[in-house]
Amino acid sequence: MSVYKLQINGKTVQADVEPDTPLLWVLRDHLGLVGTKYGCGIAQCGACTVHLNGQATRSCVLPVSSVGNSKVTTIEGLSKNGDHPVQQAWNEVDVPQCGYCQAGQIMTAAALLKRNPKPTEEEIETTMSGNLCRCGTYHRIREAVKLAATKTK
Amino acid sequence: MTMQSIPNPSRRNFLKIAAAAGGGLLLGFNWSGSEAAPAVLNGPAAVPGVDFNSYLSISPQGIITILSPNPEVGQGIKTAFPIIVAEELDADWKKVVVEQAPLDTKKFERQVAGGSGSIPHSWKRLREAGATARQMLIEAGAKRWSVPAAECSTDKGFVVHAASNRKLSYGDLATDASKLPVPADVKLKEIKDFKLIGSTVRNVDNPGILTGKNLFGIDFHREGMLIAMLQRPAFGYKLKNLDATAAKAMPGIVDVVTFNNNVAVVGKSTWQVKKAKDALKIEWEKADNLESTPDHNRLFKELLDTGTPTVRRKDGDVDAAFKNAARVVKAEYQCPFLPHSPMEPMNFFAHVKADGAELVGPTQTPELARNETAKLLGLPPEKVTVALTRMGGGFGRRLKTDYVLEAVNVSKLVNAPVKLIWSREDDMTGGSYRPAVRYRFEAALDAQNNLIGYKLRGVGINSGNPTREDNFPSGAVDNLLIDSVEHKSPITTGAWRAPITNFLAFAEQAFIDEVAQAAGKDPVQFRLDLLEKAKKQPTGAIKYDIDRMIGVIKLAAEKSQWGKKKNVAQGFSVYFSHRSYVAQVGEVVMEKGKPRVAKVYSAADCGVVVNQSGARQQVMGCIVDGIGHAMYGQLTFKEGVPEQKNFNTYRMIRMNEIPEVEVHFVQNEIEPTGLGEPSLPPAGAAVANAIFKATGKRLYNQPFVQEDVLKGIS
Repeated sequence: MSVYKLQINGKTVQADVEPDTPLLWVLRDHLGLVGTKYGCGIAQCGACTVHLNGQATRSCVLPVSSVGNSKVTTIEGLSKNGDHPVQQAWNEVDVPQCGYCQAGQIMTAAALLKRNPKPTEEEIETTMSGNLCRCGTYHRIREAVKLAATKTK
Repeated sequence: MTMQSIPNPSRRNFLKIAAAAGGGLLLGFNWSGSEAAPAVLNGPAAVPGVDFNSYLSISPQGIITILSPNPEVGQGIKTAFPIIVAEELDADWKKVVVEQAPLDTKKFERQVAGGSGSIPHSWKRLREAGATARQMLIEAGAKRWSVPAAECSTDKGFVVHAASNRKLSYGDLATDASKLPVPADVKLKEIKDFKLIGSTVRNVDNPGILTGKNLFGIDFHREGMLIAMLQRPAFGYKLKNLDATAAKAMPGIVDVVTFNNNVAVVGKSTWQVKKAKDALKIEWEKADNLESTPDHNRLFKELLDTGTPTVRRKDGDVDAAFKNAARVVKAEYQCPFLPHSPMEPMNFFAHVKADGAELVGPTQTPELARNETAKLLGLPPEKVTVALTRMGGGFGRRLKTDYVLEAVNVSKLVNAPVKLIWSREDDMTGGSYRPAVRYRFEAALDAQNNLIGYKLRGVGINSGNPTREDNFPSGAVDNLLIDSVEHKSPITTGAWRAPITNFLAFAEQAFIDEVAQAAGKDPVQFRLDLLEKAKKQPTGAIKYDIDRMIGVIKLAAEKSQWGKKKNVAQGFSVYFSHRSYVAQVGEVVMEKGKPRVAKVYSAADCGVVVNQSGARQQVMGCIVDGIGHAMYGQLTFKEGVPEQKNFNTYRMIRMNEIPEVEVHFVQNEIEPTGLGEPSLPPAGAAVANAIFKATGKRLYNQPFVQEDVLKGIS
């Protein structure tokens, strides 16, 4: 066990865990940030997506020992009031069915729009195809990403 | 609200007691504790201090709290139920707070998420719950103004006396109203007067979902709780020997216990427990009847040819019809086992104490979970409480309570509160699959290409009856025989979204298409002709509404411009399941010599649409789900062990693989029926029939991607 100091959602927090513990489980079990979801544990479904220095990253395969001073943003820290353009668009389009995968979808979309504020249809599809949704909300996810792009300043 | 299920107290007494118990107007029952939602997204925050035992309560500030008793699994019931109550209450939706009720079968009927049954079952009682409160508010307003109640009306959260141009808010009147006698009979609104029902309402849990709140079972936390994971035996295996020495010595591990051939690792955090589970040394004892997928393929042919079938439906004289046939069409269709793969793996919290048990988590059948827990622990059911969390999907997997009882067993064995979590691998290999099934169809056509005989034999592995013998075309064919054979296997099966029909519909509707082709008839007209025959000269019992089926067929054909499009191949499918009717047209285009599913038109008749947003979501999701599993889904076995364990080898449909979907509903005033399932069954055949139109090749087996015509598509 070792103590790791992490930069999460603008705060320095610490967790006493084994070095190989995936960031996902540090967030969920040790820091009480359960918005980031476990779906597959092998970086196939995207439910665990967080931002690492602004980049969409699968937290389920990222050992805490390799996080270092990177700035981690989770769904809880994406915006203060739940009003990030992507969150707003997700609500306006009414994307969620069960809702379980949506935090990961939102984090993937938010990272996409940060690096590419006006993505093409194909760029949206390529990026978002990494995230699974068993309910099949893909149509509305695509619509919401497009709507969020119009809201992004 | 109909309260026939509540033996005592009577409905009137019960409502009266409830009304007396709190400050505001109380009808029904309760639970509090929803988190205040960020106001920026939508909805008011729950009002602090509103602490009622009610189905529907109104605070003096005018905030209306509506409890939704049924489990929310993504079908949208937590939004749809309150819409129905609020409509009859004439509430301002902006002032409604929705909360999930816990299991309480004395107060709520049928707290189940399954069979697309919540809306049809609760439609009337939810309307009456809203209407009763509205009537009491009107009477309170009339008293306040000393005018006859008949002169008063309501408008979006206000009681109005138009003659004197006065109005009072529901909040102002709530306390007075709650003291009035509960009316025995209330008048419900005319369907044409609905404002909220049939409008577009967003998911009431959006604020929490979109900001990462702890809504799901896997998110549940209790101070001092332990985490447990299990190593379960594969199908046909038993625990022979366990060496847990290494696992027990690992950091954070509290105990390793066994029960029912399972080994449970219990510890302080999920990752520690998962690593210790991987360090277990287990010897399994193999049974003699271990099954592999190639065995099943052989078995199916044997059962079709020589099995002893159970007759499901027999009309006329099938042997004579086939003897007299000018032509016989035969085809066989087969599907593999499928795991449910909800994005949230199975999990449950259990705290077993000396005098009772507390359960919290995602279940489609909380009552069953409670009763089975009580039985396991030797407790009366009332000593077991069940709080319902939002579910990250269920698709039928959470109708079973195996994982709940696992949590209960572990909590009892380690004498501590425990959250049991399945890994994805556990979830995919842990059983209760959609059964593997094979169908053999035979159709007899006379010289005029009339369908004079029809045979269907279904054989399945732990499938129960894999036919739906009264479905179309039963009733439209004079001579018909439907039977089935079941093979019992150690591989466990269960309901999977649209049980049986999730594959049967593909087979039936693909076969009808093939028969229409053999008869030289347009596939849509062929179906319509059969339905006309069923209407004019029915054979045996008809258990579907012929006119409603014709209605969706015609709507889908009209919207898709059936038969009128160039450069696109269309395929038709129609199905009645879970009380709703859905017709779909698939459209396929050829790209680089391979078919691509470009679009699906859907026409559904589910009666009154409660929520446009939720209803459209269910249709689109069912189509994506139906196509995805038909195209890619397959779980195979080697000696009782599933060969696919996670999403790297088990393929699920992704965004780049979905067709465009256009959703239409038949508009009528029929009482609403469910939509969580009925749009899934027809999707496979709409696509397969369009692929045939485009390529001349029929698809007979799922997953489609393994069929020759689709090999090589990415």
